[in-house]
Amino acid sequence: MKPTFISTNLTSLGTMAVRILFAAVAVFPIVFMLVSSLKPDQQIFGDMSSVAAFLPIGNISFDNYAAVFDRVPAARFLINSIGVSAVTVVLGIFVNSLCAFALSRMEVRGKRIVFSAILATLIVPFQTLALPLVWWVNQLPYFELDGFSLEFSKGWLDTYQVQIIPFIANAFSIYLYHQYFESIPKELDEAARIDGAGWFKIYRQVVMPLAGPATATVAILTFLPAWNSYLWPLMVVQSEELRPVMIGIQYFFQLNVSWGEVMAYASLITVPVVILFIAFQKSFINSIASSGVKG
Amino acid sequence: MTLSPLPTRPPQAVTEPAVASGPTRPRRSRPGFLREQISGWGMIAPAAALLLLFVFLPAIMGFGLAFTNARLISPRPVEFVGADNFARLFADPTFWRALLNVTYFAVIVVPVQSALALAMALLINKKFRGVNFFRTIYFLPVVTSMVVVSLLWMFMYRREGLINELLSTFSFGLIQGADWLNDPATAMPAIIALSIWQAAGFHMIIWLAGLQSVPGELYEAAQLDGASHWQQFRFVTWPGLKHTRSLVLVTITIQALGLFDQVSVMTQGGPLDSTTTIIYEAVRSGFKQQETSYASAISLVFFVLVLLVSAVQRYLTREKD
Repeated sequence: MKPTFISTNLTSLGTMAVRILFAAVAVFPIVFMLVSSLKPDQQIFGDMSSVAAFLPIGNISFDNYAAVFDRVPAARFLINSIGVSAVTVVLGIFVNSLCAFALSRMEVRGKRIVFSAILATLIVPFQTLALPLVWWVNQLPYFELDGFSLEFSKGWLDTYQVQIIPFIANAFSIYLYHQYFESIPKELDEAARIDGAGWFKIYRQVVMPLAGPATATVAILTFLPAWNSYLWPLMVVQSEELRPVMIGIQYFFQLNVSWGEVMAYASLITVPVVILFIAFQKSFINSIASSGVKG
Repeated sequence: MTLSPLPTRPPQAVTEPAVASGPTRPRRSRPGFLREQISGWGMIAPAAALLLLFVFLPAIMGFGLAFTNARLISPRPVEFVGADNFARLFADPTFWRALLNVTYFAVIVVPVQSALALAMALLINKKFRGVNFFRTIYFLPVVTSMVVVSLLWMFMYRREGLINELLSTFSFGLIQGADWLNDPATAMPAIIALSIWQAAGFHMIIWLAGLQSVPGELYEAAQLDGASHWQQFRFVTWPGLKHTRSLVLVTITIQALGLFDQVSVMTQGGPLDSTTTIIYEAVRSGFKQQETSYASAISLVFFVLVLLVSAVQRYLTREKD
């Protein structure tokens, strides 16, 4: 039976309706959050029973945002999270791509065993490591330059590096780079070697410039958990001036709760990630869909 | 591996005449072999050392600590206590309640989330005007942190909150909403709904990857044979997703068993332990009560559980030909 013109059009109309329904479900809480962040509490509750809950109408202002900066050291938390995430992403890209380069493109003795051992770490959920890891980082030595003397202390708790260093090396990033490097012709390396290039130069000037999509994916997949991390800083960071954005949420439930302020803070720490994601969206979804996992 | 930076052969080469006839012999004499080994290991070393230090060692330590009385900060030396922690754990009704809660969560989330994610992937698989818009919208909840999502839904789940208002509007006043998070009967279903909402987009991407790898010619052939949409899905798409299926299944299951953020933000395990989970209990004892050893025992049980469940899933979804 051949689909007629009208029935195909009806089907595609129906499909589009389902698409829009899913989109509405995916997006309504986020719209509600953004819109509520602009309203005083009374109006949030007043608008709840009508479509006004999703519309920036009525008494609209940035008062909640101003109040957020009064209640919480929000600027400090934002700077901490930006710093910790950025350093983790940059070091993660370097360390993981370097490792994947050697595993993929060099004849290194024993690389197969190393690669299997790296992939084996994927089956260990972070939650099972978290508690022994707290104990372990508390035993690690720590050096600090204090003026001209080298200060030695034990324990990494309550520092920046405890939020960064354990998350630099990542098996999934190594795997993604490895898959991507395999698709770059090896003849390029040989040509460069004939021209007298060393291995690091091949990595830096031949292979990495071609690995843009893999780098975009690794950057997003490293950035998201770093920015969103909650369990780990909850356990290892006590000082207010070292805390990341997610921990700031606790501040809103200590005294009288203002939901408008809560929504403003939630928007404040979500919008930068959404903007970043939309900027990288195309290369991210495409490279996951093509290089990440083949069916 | 000991490698001398001098331009000589590696030291072990002297003791190696027995293996000299092996298949690696020609490579060894290649110019630049030693340099390649040194550079290669130098490039692998940073990542390997970090993984060793922050994944392998803590994993081994966790295993060991579970059999001791270690505390996070304690003046007493660490002592071996055998299986005491496990005996205490298995005698604790809260642990069994946590196990039950996590099972409940996983049994609902795994099938529903995989099915919805597949439906979303099918909706945006083929190119059409605005496909990127829909892909971005569907993925947006994943970009939003689980902590923010929990907070937001906590607000929406209040008795006079948005969810109850929406339910009432769309049922024309028939459904009277519950006090979702404060009722032991509805707290877990409420957490299930928001968890699926947040994470379905991620598994949509994995399904999408699988769908993109099904060759287009197969669909053309099926259409020539007059296959309906459903038949195309049943006989072309579904078999083509064999590997993706087990990947989605395993990742959703591990994620479901590790339920923590939502509970920590929204309910703290309550009301009446109806939403507590294994990881939540581990964090509660390890972090709040500083009992590293007991928490390590819980983590170890959790790890064994994850291994068992994924082994069973692998067995059930193995290739049957």
